[in-house]
Amino acid sequence: MKAWLAHHGQSFALAWRRLTATPVNSILSLVAVGIALALPAGGQMLLSGARELAGNATATPQISVFMAIATERGRTNEIGSRLEKHAGVRQARFLAREETLSRMKSNPGLREVIDALSANPFPDAFVVSARDEAPEAMDKLAVEFRKWPGVEHVQLDSAWVRRLDALLRLGRTGLLLLAGLLGGGLIAITFSITRMQVLTQRAEIEVSRLLGATEAFIRRPFLYLGLLLGLGGGAVAWLLVAGATIWLRAPLAELAGLYDLNLTLRPLGLVDSILLLACAGSLGWLGAAFSLRQNHGQS
Amino acid sequence: MIRFDRVSKRYPPGVDALSDLSFELDDGQMLLVGGHSGAGKSTLLKLIAGVENATSGAVLVGGQNLGSLSRSALPYYRRRIGMVFQDQKLLFDRNAYDNVMLPLSISGFPAREAANRVRAALDKVGLGKREKALPIMLSGGEQQRLAIARAVVSRPDLLLADEPTAHLDAQTAADVARILVEFNQVGVTVLVATYAHELFPGARRLQLDHGRLRT
Ligand SMILES: Nc1ncnc2c1ncn2[C@@H]1O[C@H](COP(=O)(O)OP(=O)(O)O)[C@@H](O)[C@H]1O
Ligand SMILES: [Mg+2]
Repeated sequence: MKAWLAHHGQSFALAWRRLTATPVNSILSLVAVGIALALPAGGQMLLSGARELAGNATATPQISVFMAIATERGRTNEIGSRLEKHAGVRQARFLAREETLSRMKSNPGLREVIDALSANPFPDAFVVSARDEAPEAMDKLAVEFRKWPGVEHVQLDSAWVRRLDALLRLGRTGLLLLAGLLGGGLIAITFSITRMQVLTQRAEIEVSRLLGATEAFIRRPFLYLGLLLGLGGGAVAWLLVAGATIWLRAPLAELAGLYDLNLTLRPLGLVDSILLLACAGSLGWLGAAFSLRQNHGQS
Repeated sequence: MIRFDRVSKRYPPGVDALSDLSFELDDGQMLLVGGHSGAGKSTLLKLIAGVENATSGAVLVGGQNLGSLSRSALPYYRRRIGMVFQDQKLLFDRNAYDNVMLPLSISGFPAREAANRVRAALDKVGLGKREKALPIMLSGGEQQRLAIARAVVSRPDLLLADEPTAHLDAQTAADVARILVEFNQVGVTVLVATYAHELFPGARRLQLDHGRLRT
C-alpha cells in the first residue's frame, strides 16, 4: 500500500514537473481548456437562473377572467358562482374593480395617471386556479370562459411561462450539444499535448522500457498530466464563470427589477462545480489515454 | 546461468545476425564476446537482455526460457539484469544521480534505501563527487562509468556490457575494464562484447564470425 502510494505520488510529481517545465505552454493550454469549459459551464449557470425564474412562476398557473367595464355587480356575481361551481375550477378569487383601483393608486407613478381619468378604468376580475393545471386543460377552460356573457377578456397567465419553458428546453438541448462539442475539444487539446509530451520524452520512455518499466508505469505520468490539465482547466472555467457572474450581477438585477422579477445569478453551485471538475478531469484523462494508444506503440 | 541452444537471429528483411549458436555460461563466470563489427555481438547481448527475440532455438537464462516469457513478465525479467548499452542510453536532461536512480524508481525501491544505493554505485565507479553533474559535462570515460553505475545499482546477478571500452584512451579503458572485473570477482556473472580482450586477461572468450561461433 505504501509502495503503491509512493509509486503514484512519484508519477504525479513527474507529471507536475513536466507541466511546470514549460510554464508558458502549460498556462496557455490551461486557458484554452478553461475557455472551452467556461462556455457550457456559463450556459448552465444562466439556464439554472432562468429555470428558477420559470419555476417560481409556474408554481400557480392561473387564468384571469376580466368582466366588461360596464357589467353590473349582480351579473358579475353570477359569473362568480358559476366559476365556483365549475368542475374544472379549484378556486376563484374575486378582485373588485375598486380594490384594483386603490391598489394601482398606491403606485406613485400610476397615481397621477389614474387621477387624471374621470372613471375607474379597471374591470372586475376573477383569478382562477384550475384543478388540472396541464396546459391543454387550462386552454380549454379559457376558451369556455370566453363564451360566458359579460366576460370581456380571458388571459392565461401561464402562457409566457410555457414559452419560457419551451425556450429553456431548447437551451438545454443547445447546451448539451455545446458541452459535447467543447468536451470533444478538450479531448483534442489533451490528445495533442500528450502527443507532444510523448515525443519530448521519447528517450526516457525507451530507456525506461529497457530498464524494466511496465507499460502502466510509463503511461501513468502522461495520464496524470491529462488529468491535471483537465482539472486545472476546469478550475479556470469555474473562475471565469464566477467572474462573469459578479460582473453581470448588478446590470442584470437592474434589468430584472424593471420587470418586477427576482433574478439573481449565482456562481455554480456545489453539485455543478463538482460535476464540472469531474467531467474536466476525466475528459483530460481520456484525451491522454487516446493519445497514448495512438502515439505510443509497444516496444 | 546462460544457455544458448542452436540459436539463430534473423532481422528483417533477411540479415542473419546469429546462426545456429550454442554455448553455456556458468554462474559467476566472465565471458568475452569478440568478433568483427557486424559479427553479432550486440545481438547476442540483446537476446540475453530480452530486447530481441531469437528467430529459432532457445535462450535460457537462470533456467527461464526467454521465448516463453510473457509480455507482462518481461519488464520484471529485465530488472534482474544490468546492461551497459553500446550507445549508453544515458538521459541527458538529468544529472548523474538521477540517471542512476532511474532503475530503482522503475522497480519501486523504497526512497531512502534507494538514495544509499545510488551513492554506493556512483562511489564504486569513482563518480561519488560528480553526482550533480549532467552527462554532457562528463568525459567519455566518466559517461561509460555512469552507464555501468546505472547497470549495477539494482545489484543484478548478471551484467552485460556492450563494447564498454570503445572510444576510450588506453588508461580510461583499463579503468573501466577493471571495474567490470571487480564486479565479476564479487560473484556477478559478466558478459562483455569487446575487441579488447587483452584488458581482461584470463577471461573465457567466444569469437563470433558473421554470426557463427569460430572454434
Ligand atoms: N535492428 C536491426 N535490424 C536489421 N539489422 C540489424 C539490426 N541490428 C543489427 N542488425 C544487423 O545484424 C548484424 C549483426 O549486428 P550486431 O549484433 O549489431 O553486430 P556487432 O554488435 O557485432 O557489431 C549486422 O549485419 C547488422 O547490420
Ligand atoms: Mg555492436
